[in-house]
Amino acid sequence: MFEAIKHNMETIAGVAIYPIISLLIFFFFFVALGYWVFSYKREKIMELSNLPLNDNQNDHPLNSEK
Amino acid sequence: MEMQQFYYDNKIVKKFLYATIVFGVIGMTVGLLLAFFFLFPNLTDGISFLSFGRLRPLHTNAVIFAFVGNAMFAGIYYSLQRLLKARMFSDFLSNLHFWGWQLIILSAAVTLPLGFSTSKEYAELEWPIDIAIALIWVVFGINMIGTILRRRERHLYVAIWFYLATFVTVAVLHIFNSLALPVSALKSYSVYAGVQDALVQWWYGHNAVAFFLTTPFLGLMYYFVPKAANRPVYSYRLSIVHFWSLIFIYIWAGPHHLLYSALPNWAQNLGVVFSIMLIAPSWGGMINGLLTLRGVWDKVRTEPVLKFFVVAITGYGMATLEGPMLSLKSFNAVAHFTDWIIAHVHVGAMAWNGFMAFGMIYWLIPRMTKGPLFSTKLAHVHFWIGTLGIIIYTLPMYVAGFTQASMWNQFNPDGTLTYGNFLETVQQIIPMYWMRAIGGTMYIIGMFILVYNIIRTVRANAAIADEAAEAPALEPITTGRIKGEKFHPWLERRPIQLTILATVAILIGGIIQIVPTIMVKSNIPTIASVKPYTPLELEGRDLYIREGCVGCHSQMVRPFRSEVERYGPQAKAGEFVYDHPFLWGSKRTGPDLLRVGGKYNDNWHFNHMWDPQSTSAGSIMPGYKWLFDNKALDISNIAGKMKAMQTLGVPYTDADIANANAAIAEQAKKIEANLHTDPDYVKSYDESRQKAAARGEAFVPMEQREIVAMIAYIQRLGTDIKVKDNQKN
Repeated sequence: MFEAIKHNMETIAGVAIYPIISLLIFFFFFVALGYWVFSYKREKIMELSNLPLNDNQNDHPLNSEK
Repeated sequence: MEMQQFYYDNKIVKKFLYATIVFGVIGMTVGLLLAFFFLFPNLTDGISFLSFGRLRPLHTNAVIFAFVGNAMFAGIYYSLQRLLKARMFSDFLSNLHFWGWQLIILSAAVTLPLGFSTSKEYAELEWPIDIAIALIWVVFGINMIGTILRRRERHLYVAIWFYLATFVTVAVLHIFNSLALPVSALKSYSVYAGVQDALVQWWYGHNAVAFFLTTPFLGLMYYFVPKAANRPVYSYRLSIVHFWSLIFIYIWAGPHHLLYSALPNWAQNLGVVFSIMLIAPSWGGMINGLLTLRGVWDKVRTEPVLKFFVVAITGYGMATLEGPMLSLKSFNAVAHFTDWIIAHVHVGAMAWNGFMAFGMIYWLIPRMTKGPLFSTKLAHVHFWIGTLGIIIYTLPMYVAGFTQASMWNQFNPDGTLTYGNFLETVQQIIPMYWMRAIGGTMYIIGMFILVYNIIRTVRANAAIADEAAEAPALEPITTGRIKGEKFHPWLERRPIQLTILATVAILIGGIIQIVPTIMVKSNIPTIASVKPYTPLELEGRDLYIREGCVGCHSQMVRPFRSEVERYGPQAKAGEFVYDHPFLWGSKRTGPDLLRVGGKYNDNWHFNHMWDPQSTSAGSIMPGYKWLFDNKALDISNIAGKMKAMQTLGVPYTDADIANANAAIAEQAKKIEANLHTDPDYVKSYDESRQKAAARGEAFVPMEQREIVAMIAYIQRLGTDIKVKDNQKN
């Protein structure tokens, strides 16, 4: 059924390299990502994940005027 | 270390929040009106700017860019300042961003109902507005990056990465997809045609969902859920993986919108594979959000904000499981073109975006007005009526989609279609449309409860003022890596490098898709019998675009026995080479129109467009009476339009262009002659001539009116390669 449209790409020279390049990019991307993430120190992770919580501006004296 | 005093800009947050609420009400109300059109198709009979085809893009644009967009900006402006311990870079830019964005929304609200539309989904706005969007988007980006550069907090929290990726990617998507050749102040033709246009459009459409509706809201989730639960995110490591893998993979998945279409197979399969992979980062993010609440689930019982967040994140999880499932060809074959997709996107919009926005509003307003919410009880009521509304909206739509797809595919033992009349399959799901309208009504009632609750809260509490804060200035440290510092911690304090890497991550997928897309143009087998549209057909096609016909009618016969039997030969890539823009559509509320040319006579179309129920009993199509108005079709710019097409590669000769007006008159005369074969037509035509004379108006002959161009276009559809026997249906 697909005969009419299937060959659109096969005429492009060297199109077979696309899936191979894609696979390689993917593999190395995730290996690097995994390495980054697990090379973090526990304390650093704690510090970073607490960033949204340590703004105590509501205690600021200028904010209690009203 | 010296402490610096500064103020957080709360007023800009307030403005965006109020705009969120106002446009939420408007966008949802238009949506509800559309839901009622399915039940009462002629609700706004004869009013062109309130017709379904023109209001549908208004609904989608209002919800996406006005409601969700403003909510996103409110959340970003609030959280960014606090995460960076700095006021926004420039008050002027903040306000320019706000007012510019509202002006864009307003111009959309005017132009879309008036029929100025490119017809490309979620990118319907015409070129001057597209340029304005690009400019305002850059203003937003400068303001955000400027703030980041002036920050008093060394590290960029994960939420900010999501905001940066949003900024960069939306800019890339918007520019590439909106490339068009203007032919007048509010009309342009896409520079891409057919298959290529479809590929670029759905690369955009899919990633607009990804980077406008998903990544900014994930950033908001990583800020507001920990704030509301008062505990840090479950796993910061997971959030890093979530971010990079999501933005990296998302951009590849666009072609899953075009499965079984005339798109080359390899591109379809690429889209499928990446869509399946998307489950991993999406669910990683969902789990990270939900598990942030571990240990405080008891608070979810009493705190409406957390309730909204829990349902929002659950909705995100459901939509992102369903998305990859729908990319599987076997699922897609059933769901595509049906109401299943409507259910899918509304889980995303109503649960994920809507409930995140509501939770955020209920959390922010009391904090910024320094007082309690007027009524927690009402917020609970909003939560429950909204949740039930989502369920009553979506479940029937799933049933409707599945039912209709099954009926489309049902064959009799003798090989004929069991439901050969498309309308039988529509009538079957009308009860589902009723339930959808009820669910939508409940959801919007919840929205009104929010409006009331917020107005009372704002009135009872203090006026929203800027908030004082203090933090030490950042000590300058080396831009290089400190001894022992790993790459990623370094990257997190280097915003520009982070942005560049994020851009690279999205461009890899983008390029791998776009390069072959450009190559595909020269690789589409041309079909000798496929000719450009005649000038009259071209004008008719522009009317088809203006009226938003593509919102309900596809032009894409998929290679299934049931579709070939119902509509005619499957679509071929070579048929669409002159289609700027493509009009394949994404929903079949009515039947496919790819091969409708020649199926009925001109009179049938004439009567059908005037009163669809007269030719097709039980049809839910509205009449298009304004196409018959006593005024001439505007052909003043036909030469300009054809020249633009010529520039884009459509083989019109200069002689074609010079003779355009004569060609239009000749073809229109033929159609009018055909119409005169119907005695009823002759009678009513004479009557209308007398009426015009009585009113003292100049009478415009039928051949010069819009309906004739529309008929010309519809009768042309699919005839280029139609097999001899089209009496079959």
